[in-house]
Amino acid sequence: MIRLRKLAQAASLFTTPLAPEDFLALLNPIHSTRQLRGVVTRVEAETADSATIHFRPGRGWKAHEAGQWARIGVELDGVRHWRSYSLSAAAGEDPAITVTAVGAVSEALVRDTRPGDVLFLAPPQGDFTLPEHPRPLLMLTAGSGITPVMSMIRTLVPRRRDADVVLIHSARTPESSLFREELAELADQFPNLRLIQRFTATDGRLDLSTPAAVEAICPDWRQRAAYACGPDGFVGAAEALWQAEANGAGLSIERFDTTFAGGAGQDGGVVTFELSDREVEAPGDVPLMEVGEDAGLLVPSGCRMGICHSCLIPLRSGQVRDLRSGEVHGEPGELIQTCVSAAAGPVSLGL
Amino acid sequence: MTATANHPSTGTPHATTGAPGATSWVPATEAAPDAAAAGAAPAAVVPPAATSSARTRPGMLATEGRPLVRPPAAAHLSDEQVAEIGRELDAIRDAVLAKRGAADAAYIRRVIRAQRVLEIGGRAALLGSRNKVAWVAGTAMLSLAKILENMEIGHNVLHGQWDWMRDPDIHSSTWEWDFVTPARAWQHTHNDLHHRWTNVVGKDNDIGYNLLRMDPDQPWKPGNLGNPLYNAILAPLFEWGIAIYDLELEDFKKGRKSKEAMKSDLKALGLKAAKQFTKDYAATPAAAMLTGSGKQALVGTLTANAVRNLWAHAVIFCGHFPEGTDTFSEEMVEGETRGDWYVRQMIGSANISGSKAMHLMTGNLSHQIEHHLFPDLPSNRYAEVAPQVKDLCRRYGLPYTEGPLLKQVGSTWGKIFRLALPGGAKPARG
Repeated sequence: MIRLRKLAQAASLFTTPLAPEDFLALLNPIHSTRQLRGVVTRVEAETADSATIHFRPGRGWKAHEAGQWARIGVELDGVRHWRSYSLSAAAGEDPAITVTAVGAVSEALVRDTRPGDVLFLAPPQGDFTLPEHPRPLLMLTAGSGITPVMSMIRTLVPRRRDADVVLIHSARTPESSLFREELAELADQFPNLRLIQRFTATDGRLDLSTPAAVEAICPDWRQRAAYACGPDGFVGAAEALWQAEANGAGLSIERFDTTFAGGAGQDGGVVTFELSDREVEAPGDVPLMEVGEDAGLLVPSGCRMGICHSCLIPLRSGQVRDLRSGEVHGEPGELIQTCVSAAAGPVSLGL
Repeated sequence: MTATANHPSTGTPHATTGAPGATSWVPATEAAPDAAAAGAAPAAVVPPAATSSARTRPGMLATEGRPLVRPPAAAHLSDEQVAEIGRELDAIRDAVLAKRGAADAAYIRRVIRAQRVLEIGGRAALLGSRNKVAWVAGTAMLSLAKILENMEIGHNVLHGQWDWMRDPDIHSSTWEWDFVTPARAWQHTHNDLHHRWTNVVGKDNDIGYNLLRMDPDQPWKPGNLGNPLYNAILAPLFEWGIAIYDLELEDFKKGRKSKEAMKSDLKALGLKAAKQFTKDYAATPAAAMLTGSGKQALVGTLTANAVRNLWAHAVIFCGHFPEGTDTFSEEMVEGETRGDWYVRQMIGSANISGSKAMHLMTGNLSHQIEHHLFPDLPSNRYAEVAPQVKDLCRRYGLPYTEGPLLKQVGSTWGKIFRLALPGGAKPARG
């Protein structure tokens, strides 16, 4: 490795200001230490609206733990978009994400991804993972909330005889239920998995307002380490139940991101300057640069009319309005021109 | 509820955005502090209060109103007409933004690939340049590669023309180019100062680069007699000239630039220059010595750099100096509206007419007028915008200066000779 690094250093004498890898990338698209990439190896349709995408990550990826998620970057019409997806593959196997087509990015991933395509990646993270020591488990999932739990089940059930997993999974219909056949087979083959599939279109929703429903299915639920993953309402109900019955102990949750509401009309919002630890209420027609300057921060600035790009600051969350065109845009990580962008709803900036 | 049904976070809201290391952007250490530092440098250059109101404008330009004085070439226009010009040009820009997409992204990636292949090919051929054919091929390829890198790629990427792709490898905040002056230093004098104050005498130092008298309104000094000589020396050494220019020595002497800023700029330039020098004049010739081609390779890289310098100098001097381009006084920008700003960009710039290949080799600076109107639109779109801008100029009776390369170069040199002598005021415009 050391010799390789020396070689790269020597080669960079010839390639400066570029790095040797910029030239190697002509041959191998995933050869970059600056930008982690992966090559799609296989795409499997799961339901009509979802697919599992297997990929081989380049250097810099770290093996995922069951239940973790990763940020995936995809190009739509030339523009890089990042979304977070749970990894559905078992720990120790090549990573895969299972994506349901909701929204433009997921839609494109499900419909247009082919083997050989390059995905941009950020290493896996998240602490919605299996307990360190073996314990009886209870999994409550709804919709695509099954995805991280599937990784846990694939990791645990076939390999650990002593595992004891109860999975209560809700989906709208059998057709839309992810991993339905594989789960049924696993439950058949391994007595350490008990599977309760619920189809809400016919069976109604799992009632979590009282312990009764869970207790009927799984009488020893209080003794189990519990995991809940699904839409906001579902996870919130599980949280409330555990709060009421067990003081909130023993439940791990994974919530879906709530989308940021791009403020309607000319609304501004609270602007958070994360690195400066400052929060300011900002109107919807004042450039973020001025908002920061008024708050006494040293904000990078240049032409102040949107042409020179020397005021770029990374957007951490929220959306901004381009004061020239009125367009509302913004994704986490996007560098925005603060001199011509105003807050459109709550905004958090890397300054 | 289902809108983002497959975007989990770790349970805390916005968890994905909390850790800088997790974002897709360049390594966290580079992204945040550097961006702030890069911006802090120009901030430190802001002059004392007396002139600061003129140099930093509060907010964006107004859509209504008028400057103290409208430039002669636009004096016949009413406020409403100028505002309408602003709206029309905004509409042209919006139309391009609506179309910008995958095809544009593919274009810049194609150019970058081609440039890298040419560069590898050129350097590889120079390794055996004792052979004359290899020398010619290597030097030609490397010259082409350097021109493409500086003009169509570097200049335009550093303008932020490709920032919309959100690819950290092709971005104005991360790009460094094969040109001696460090990208960040150039972005300040060029993107901010030159493009904002285009051709305003006393504000846009690109008028003669503090070296040449390029406008009759610049007071004549005896040293200006050397104008043609200085320019002849500048041309083959253009990248070094720009590197020195970007240090803003004038500002430093007049106390408008701090010692710290000067020190850090000098350090950045020293480091960059050392690397550039090592690559072209030490590493490549040293490797070529293995085949006994060391000397030839050195002459090859020197030639390639000189060719690029001559070309860049010629193209850039054709941008604002040929006959027909206007310069402006400070009264003309006082109270300038968005429409007036657009007008100033159009009548202060000149295009070069020619083939597609010529446009590519000039980095589309042959569409200087369009570039100055829309400095951050992708360069491959200027060609389709040009006829619309030309038509607009015709309708409003504004000059739209263009001409073939040789004519424009000749016109520029003519001005350089004429202004070496005192006087040289513009003929009155009819």
